[in-house]
Amino acid sequence: MSDHHHGHDHAHEHEHDDRPGAHGAPLTDIQLRVRALESLLVDKGLVDPKALDTLIDTYETKVGPRNGARVVAKAWVDPAFKQRLLADSTAAIAELGYIGRQGEDMVVLENTPKVHNVVVCTLCSCYPWPVLGLPPVWYKSGPYRARTVIDPRGVLREFGVDVGDDVEVRVWDSTAELRYLVLPERPQGTEGMTEEQLADLVTRDAMIGVAQVKAPRRW
Amino acid sequence: MNGIHDLGGMHGFGPVDPEPNEPVFHHDWERRAFALNLAAGFLGRWNIDMGRYAREHMPPAEYLATTYYEHWLYGLERLLVEKGLVTGKELEAMRPQGPVAGVKALGVDDLPKALRNRRAARMDDHLATPRFKAGDRVRTKNLNPTGHTRLPRYARDKVGVIDRDHGVFIFADAHAVTGQKVPQRCYSVRFEGRELWGPDAGPRDAIYIDLFEPYLEPAFPEGGHK
Repeated sequence: MSDHHHGHDHAHEHEHDDRPGAHGAPLTDIQLRVRALESLLVDKGLVDPKALDTLIDTYETKVGPRNGARVVAKAWVDPAFKQRLLADSTAAIAELGYIGRQGEDMVVLENTPKVHNVVVCTLCSCYPWPVLGLPPVWYKSGPYRARTVIDPRGVLREFGVDVGDDVEVRVWDSTAELRYLVLPERPQGTEGMTEEQLADLVTRDAMIGVAQVKAPRRW
Repeated sequence: MNGIHDLGGMHGFGPVDPEPNEPVFHHDWERRAFALNLAAGFLGRWNIDMGRYAREHMPPAEYLATTYYEHWLYGLERLLVEKGLVTGKELEAMRPQGPVAGVKALGVDDLPKALRNRRAARMDDHLATPRFKAGDRVRTKNLNPTGHTRLPRYARDKVGVIDRDHGVFIFADAHAVTGQKVPQRCYSVRFEGRELWGPDAGPRDAIYIDLFEPYLEPAFPEGGHK
């Protein structure tokens, strides 16, 4: 087996890898299998290990929900941008430089006092990468994919969101190549905040539709 | 295919279990499996719909007992063999037996362009005339193809209303099997919760599903005839 990925493994081994195989313990079957597959594909000239490193770095450190939070904050402070965002979401998001794979065709859904939107992908785990990064485990999990379409209010309650009976819940099942981003309601009490401060309040979960954005107690 | 991946509406999975401050990857092998999938995909021997269709073939019991990146790994190995990039023997022994002609690995320099693409499944609007418009009542067909489809089981033979016409997209069902880019209109269709789930559904719940035109037929207005 070639040793091109050893440096990479060591760089990360200390942080999240709690399975056997980390910390000097024997490698698990899945670790061995992925290593062997990578070596095979590298030896056959099908992948370049440096490109793999760059791909990982891109989606682990550069692309993430901070991007979406900037889109939301801008929509809150700039009515003309918000109008463009709802009319042609892909183009407006591209104004901030967020383009690319799994975000080629974006649709922004506006939450209002009367409508609460929530996004799911029941068939796989489609997710708007350029604005939210890669999806969390729960989004890809059986419970979320199975239940959000049949019991949206129950799922939302588990996330601590109690939607009133007078509010319509709209579930968006991303079954095709459109990718959805929820524009949460701007919380009251944030009138004096800057766009940058507002962006810090916007969470990934609020942009999936399973959370509301809360104003800080003091700022 | 009526596969285990089609989870919408199932009971018995228990509560959603979010992890506070979740890292992007939990294990180093997940990083590598993720990147291997993308990098191998860039070789151009298969498309995203073939990728999904490959994962859908995972045996149901195995699908439920494994994690997301294990699904990806299963699909990748399957496609590598199916598309002739790796032989079954090579995969079994994890040892190369010969080169592959006519492929070039994606290099670091190719990545920015590859990742910042602006066009994936969308096709030119004039390639397919819309049969439906916003506000039209439609009924989804009762289709159970063994091939790939993006019409979930829970939304078959149900009546909804066209919410919007998204434009023309590559028809996933054909793309996954033949690789042909067949242009089809894709609509967001709104279904009332009670149409999908019966009287126990919330009266103010609606489910919007993105559906290709071949899944849909006109529905007569309630109580009327056309």
